[in-house]
Amino acid sequence: MAVFAMPSLGADMESGKLVEWMIKPGDAVARGDVVAVVETQKGAIEIECFEVGVVETLDAELGATIAVGAPLATICGSGENASSLATSDAEPSLYAPTEAPATEALAKESDQPAEALPPIAASEPRPAPQRLGEAPPSSPAARVLAAERRIDLAALNGSGPGGAVLLADVEAARSAPIGDDPVNTGSKPGLDLAAMRTAIANAMARSKREIPHYYLTQTIDLQAASDWLAATNAQRPPDARLLMGALFVKASAVAAAQVAQMNGHYDAEGFHHAQAVHAGVAVALRGGGLVAPALHDAGTLSLDELMAKMRDLVTRARTGRLRSSEMTEGTITISAMGDTGADAMAAVIYPPQVAIVGFGAPVSRPWITGDTISPRMIVTVTLSADHRVSDGRRGAKFLAAIDAALQTPEAL
Amino acid sequence: MTDADIRQAFLEELTKVAPDIDPDDVGEEDHLQDDLELDSMDFLNLVVALHQRLGVEIPENDYPKIATLSLAIGYLKARFD
Repeated sequence: MAVFAMPSLGADMESGKLVEWMIKPGDAVARGDVVAVVETQKGAIEIECFEVGVVETLDAELGATIAVGAPLATICGSGENASSLATSDAEPSLYAPTEAPATEALAKESDQPAEALPPIAASEPRPAPQRLGEAPPSSPAARVLAAERRIDLAALNGSGPGGAVLLADVEAARSAPIGDDPVNTGSKPGLDLAAMRTAIANAMARSKREIPHYYLTQTIDLQAASDWLAATNAQRPPDARLLMGALFVKASAVAAAQVAQMNGHYDAEGFHHAQAVHAGVAVALRGGGLVAPALHDAGTLSLDELMAKMRDLVTRARTGRLRSSEMTEGTITISAMGDTGADAMAAVIYPPQVAIVGFGAPVSRPWITGDTISPRMIVTVTLSADHRVSDGRRGAKFLAAIDAALQTPEAL
Repeated sequence: MTDADIRQAFLEELTKVAPDIDPDDVGEEDHLQDDLELDSMDFLNLVVALHQRLGVEIPENDYPKIATLSLAIGYLKARFD
């Protein structure tokens, strides 16, 4: 039996509001199934399952604000005794199983303000049988009352056998101070721009506090890529056209696959390199706000596939319907100014990642080739990277790899 | 197709691409990207939608010709003729 707990959907997340169940008791679930929708500061997120089995109970109420790590549902593995109180080792891993080296990087943000978190998320190990993300054993009556009063069972010290939480324990507990529903000032359901600003502020302040950034900038000749893109799109109907942004994401992902120190997560145990490149694509929201959902396996997708996924990702980012894996599994972020705007962008790394690439707006500038000056499309690319993991030499190699990839766009 | 028909079609597709834009707030000379903050993905989605709705395939080189509502109405009308 495993308790499916509210996952952490980013370094800045403390809790989420359960707004929709996609499962009911008795349903079979598989890894990757969307089981619930949770409203967060980053909009409504579809929560994916990390367990395989059958839903035994739903342990959280619609409309309730659930702390990260608190139980959402109980899922039984096939053939398992539903009433067993045995604890499971299936701690929710927010990483795909193929990325073992980077596992454990998430959901262990021990440096969040402690007072804002329920005890389950604290870094101190507890002697009780329960583990992170799992509810303690509890009596049925205790669970009913806890749900009614919106009390996090995992935050209680049970007085029953084996630390089991009894009705009296729940009665004695006060509701966990998880916070009130935020005032919705956004124009879209599930998207609260004031809350998102707070989330961005928290994540970026933490990044600047903890990550010793260094920055490298390179001006890249974009004429070959611009010409190839124009010629390709001229032969295509609008719905098959590519954007320069897709070339930027692909080139960066190819480069990240070559320079290991740019791709992965940094946690209390240090840097964990990720084999696959899941490119966080920064999407600006009109009216303010920014999300950077992950585009999985960006380095190995064809440009057409990558473009289709990017279009889908941007659409869902705008409408506030991203998936939990997209919120947590990015291994590097790419942010592009678009067609117009500033020449260069030195971006702030999104923890727990260790690098972010900022593309300025492409512009035509004088460019020297041999002895001649001619107008060429150029783009200024800025790498912000984590000095705990790499230094300028590796960073320069990474930028050179982006440059090289953009010189042969037909091979991207 | 009259100017009014084209205007309505353009505004409907624009607000589908960018649901937070109120069609009543779109000025004749508002620049889609500079003023209404469409990004390159939004702009492409608008071009796709106009193609599907009106059958007018707008090449990339002509993107500046639909940069504002008034420009777009003139351009699309000319493409119909």
